Amino acid sequence: MGMNNMFDLYNIRSNFPIFNQPDLPPLVFLDNASTTQKPTQVLEAVNQFYCRYNANVHRGIYKIAEQATEAYESVRDKVAEFIGTADRRNIVFTKSTTESINLVAYSWARKFLKTGDEILVTEMEHHSNLVPWQLAAQHTGATLKYIPLNKSGSLDMSSPERYFTKNTKLVAISHQSNVLGTINSVKEIIGYARDVGAKTLIDGAQFVPHSKLDVQNLDCDFYVFSGHKMMGPTGVGILYGKADMLETMDPFLGGGDMILSVTMEKAIWNDIPYKFEAGTPNIAQVIGLGAAIDFMKNMNIDSIDSQVRMLTSTAVSRLREIKGLTVLGHENGIDSTSVISFFHKDIHPHDIAHLLDTFGISVRAGHHCAQPVMDKYDLSASVRVSFYVYNTIDEIEQLISGLQKTMEYFR
Amino acid sequence: MDNLRELYQQVILDHNKNPRNFRFMEDFTVKADGHNPLCGDKLQLFIKIDGDYISDISFMGSGCAISKASASIMTEELKGKSIADAEKLFKNFRNMITSGEITSDDIGKLEVLTGVHKYPSRVKCALLAWHTLKNILDQNDTTTTTE
Ligand SMILES: Cc1ncc(COP(=O)(O)O)c(C=O)c1O
Repeated sequence: MGMNNMFDLYNIRSNFPIFNQPDLPPLVFLDNASTTQKPTQVLEAVNQFYCRYNANVHRGIYKIAEQATEAYESVRDKVAEFIGTADRRNIVFTKSTTESINLVAYSWARKFLKTGDEILVTEMEHHSNLVPWQLAAQHTGATLKYIPLNKSGSLDMSSPERYFTKNTKLVAISHQSNVLGTINSVKEIIGYARDVGAKTLIDGAQFVPHSKLDVQNLDCDFYVFSGHKMMGPTGVGILYGKADMLETMDPFLGGGDMILSVTMEKAIWNDIPYKFEAGTPNIAQVIGLGAAIDFMKNMNIDSIDSQVRMLTSTAVSRLREIKGLTVLGHENGIDSTSVISFFHKDIHPHDIAHLLDTFGISVRAGHHCAQPVMDKYDLSASVRVSFYVYNTIDEIEQLISGLQKTMEYFR
Repeated sequence: MDNLRELYQQVILDHNKNPRNFRFMEDFTVKADGHNPLCGDKLQLFIKIDGDYISDISFMGSGCAISKASASIMTEELKGKSIADAEKLFKNFRNMITSGEITSDDIGKLEVLTGVHKYPSRVKCALLAWHTLKNILDQNDTTTTTE
């Protein structure tokens, strides 16, 4: 209750224009794992850039070009500090988590992997942390192996020696599942990877929006996430990479800004991280992400974490009270938060999501870009609700009553 | 609840709960699989053809209320029809479900699905069984998708 009061006092929802449209019915937005809503502070930062100092970065010698470069580059420092690295060269701006993963798959995996090598993923991955590795494996002759998922919702780490072998060259796993909400013991997994000399990539798309990240402490080689899932604009992804890794990699895209000098025959790459940022970047969106990080820091990341956990555990117990409905994962002893998937024994997820929408509640129905997870549970689809810091207990009650009405309707 | 009724009419709810011709067929002439990758729905359609006529038709599979009801009503409407009439009905149904307009009087009970056109994400659900049918009519015995 204390936490709830704190957030009531802060009145967080008043910062989000989408929740304050008097001409529309209230929006109960429970699809935050997909993307989050944007506070005025973020919209205003984007707007200010376009209205007051719109110019390209790293090029002009006039005042607003320098201002734009300074604003853009200061977000790099902000991100570095936010995820626990002192070295700004570790931070590459991309378009999304998906692009960050593909960058590593092309510039690192395709360069260094060969026949006989193994890429280790898990059965829990979002397609974006699976398909790029399938492609890289096809291209290099490496094999793809995976750590299986238990039905309880956690990874089966009972015999790690089966998965981590001398052939394992890369371990790519999600920090948190976008279907089950399970937070994986990535520190332990990174340890196993290091023991066999494998590199590591952690997909933090779901974890970073509500949890404190310390990449130095994790000691992973790569860490990726998306700005739009943490109140930032769409179009910005982050790739954290250890400097020595980034140095050995070839550029991903060629073009302007990523070179030091070019003749008609060849180019000399720019230093990291610029080597990986070809062409005009998403300047406004990066600046917007900076405002989102400020907003999160003002709220305090630990408070965001406890608010989201409180909402999640409340929703899990309320959903479990409903007859005929099964929640995936979230079993005792499994660290899980923010995302809940469930299904009803008779009503198709599509129908549930559609009816909830008519009550003004936005939820997701489908396979959530994680078909192997659905297969594990013998489902073709599930309903997914996911929370963020601006959601309320009252919205959970609306969800429950919407579900009850849905069941009544399809009885 | 009003806008709900527009999509989920009583007849649809009924077909969802008690789908007609929802069974495996042993002596089929042709069968085909349909798949909606968006929601993972899968459907199997069986047709028995006598001369130019559909003498029996049935389906199996899992799906949302819209896709199940659409398949169920389709089987009811097609049983006993000629292949040529089935082709015609396919065209008229597809036209209705995408435009919301009924331009032909052979649409019969399928009219209850007119509301679907307002929900683009659900049009695919309603068309799954029909695309699978079309696949059979075109003698193209592979898996159909509604993408
Ligand atoms: C775990 C996980 N990885 C990757 C992604 C892909 O993120 P994006 O679409 O921003 O590239 C998502 C988004 O849904 C996700 O949840």
